[in-house]
Amino acid sequence: MRREIPLAITVFVGFLLIISVFFPPVETLGEDFSLSFDIIAVFAFFLGGGNLIRIHLKKLARRETDWMFSIVTLGGFILMLTAGLLKIGNPGDIATSVNTEGMLFESIYRSVFVPLGATMYALLAFFVASASYRAFRAKNREATILLVAAFIILMGSTPLGAMATSWMPESLSIFEIPNLAVWIMSYANLAGQRAIIIGIGLGVVSMSLRLILGVERSYLGKEG
Amino acid sequence: MSLSQRKSFSVFPAIQFIIIIALTFVLSVNSFAQEATDDTTSVTSVIIAPPTNLLVEDFEYDDGEKLNLIWTPSIDDQPQVGKVTGYQVFRVTNDDVTTKIAELMPGANNFTDQELDKDSTYSYYVTAIANGAEASSVTTSPISPQREWVNFGLTNLFVIALIIGGAIFYFIEMGKRGKKLFVRKIAGLEAVDDAIGRATEMGRPILYIPGIHDMDDVQTLASLTILGRVAEQIADYDIKIRMPVARSLVMTAARETIKASYQAAGRPDAYSDDMVSYITDEQFGYVAAVDGIMVREKPATVFLLGAFFAESLILAETGNHVGAIQIAGTARPAQLPFFIAACDFTLIGEELFAASAYLSNEPKALGALKGQDVGKIIAAAAIIAGVLLETVIQLTDSESAATLLGYLRQAFTT
Repeated sequence: MRREIPLAITVFVGFLLIISVFFPPVETLGEDFSLSFDIIAVFAFFLGGGNLIRIHLKKLARRETDWMFSIVTLGGFILMLTAGLLKIGNPGDIATSVNTEGMLFESIYRSVFVPLGATMYALLAFFVASASYRAFRAKNREATILLVAAFIILMGSTPLGAMATSWMPESLSIFEIPNLAVWIMSYANLAGQRAIIIGIGLGVVSMSLRLILGVERSYLGKEG
Repeated sequence: MSLSQRKSFSVFPAIQFIIIIALTFVLSVNSFAQEATDDTTSVTSVIIAPPTNLLVEDFEYDDGEKLNLIWTPSIDDQPQVGKVTGYQVFRVTNDDVTTKIAELMPGANNFTDQELDKDSTYSYYVTAIANGAEASSVTTSPISPQREWVNFGLTNLFVIALIIGGAIFYFIEMGKRGKKLFVRKIAGLEAVDDAIGRATEMGRPILYIPGIHDMDDVQTLASLTILGRVAEQIADYDIKIRMPVARSLVMTAARETIKASYQAAGRPDAYSDDMVSYITDEQFGYVAAVDGIMVREKPATVFLLGAFFAESLILAETGNHVGAIQIAGTARPAQLPFFIAACDFTLIGEELFAASAYLSNEPKALGALKGQDVGKIIAAAAIIAGVLLETVIQLTDSESAATLLGYLRQAFTT
């Protein structure tokens, strides 16, 4: 029964959602189920928060490696939870949003959390540089094509690229670097992207049917 | 006349005089102000033409809750030099209640009124507005939204879905009957055994990252189906698995999946809830934590399978930096180049969805993959036909080719 009930729910909801696309009187079912999912997800947050506290308390109690970080995690969690639940620094009434300016929750979010997130995001620039260095090494034919295409697109986005080939006659204007860059993006790149997108669409259909029909059950575990 | 009488007599005219002067002044100021106001009105008020040809029609293929309005904009609504600053749409119900339902920008010529009652009737009028001026269209005749039971506008989608779905059913049935089905080799999935073996040899953990989306994303579901297969092997080899997640529901589902796999492998005692841990819903908070786990624990193998966004490269590069063998997969085309650059193997788009069936080698699941190929054949045939027809049109200006191309476009447009 542990596997049959989830499968029965999957089959029922799956077919209902397919039907809702073609029959207007039930067309809002998709939104309704999505709303139900959001409600369940909110309750599941208690599980996640509880798990976070349990794991870090255990780490602290056992003095496991890097246990000091657990103090920071738990401290941050409790501070934000308290500031949000008690609405510390609330400039209005009880109904005021925790994001209102002047609240402790909002102040910590704006002055600590947002800069930390931005710092992580900024790391991307360095990772792009190191990944590009590896990807664009002309070690084989495919990598060489990639390198040449990337070089043209980069040059095409700069004034230098336009200047370098501006002397070309009108009849050869397709070979000007900015035009070549546009051609690569609009034809070669777009064709590849579309092929991938068509494959993804069909993959989603096949995967969904496997789940709905119960052919795919590995997410429920194999029968023991 | 006494002195006092005389005095009072002489005081009254003075007061009267002051009052008259004051009143005159006040009235004159008011009158000047009035004139100024009138003058301002005469400067700012404009005369504008109303919107015309207002037409209300039933919204096609809905549950009787929408009406479409379309009109010709005011002739004074011109780009740059036009006087019209916007439009207001008014609804009149059958009990004569008028409500303003929309304020639209200049240039607007249509509006869809939603959440209506199919048992009521509605009339509409639209006004063009300018500085202080307003010009109204005629009010339309009352109309009720109609319910349609079937959306015939999606017939083409229904037919395509029927063909692809039918093909998948057919090949699943073929698989059940034991027909040998060929599925091309997928390098990323062939490497799963090696990746798990490497972790066993090195005695280091496996890190499994299912993306940052919740269970309502099919990529997360695909990731968990792969996890089910991978976890069985992990249980067999007795390796440590770490799975930090960004959603509570994914945590619960992943625990169930791993637990069931450990049971299936005959090692339920080796399973622990700590294998899957919730970090945070916040994108970069999650990335920071996972990067920390990678740097501290130096996993031998990293699986990055699911829905990824800007964090894809940060995670993949950190994994690369710690020397892990990485198998990545996502259905987000924008993130694929990052995975290809930083990971050892990448499952491109559909391969992510095919992975579980491929790893299981079950005939029924492989049959579903074969059925997918029918969809690809349809797509390829349509693309080739479209390219040929477009070429013929360019070369010959053929009208019949243009008509055929129109039909082809219609067949694949919803």
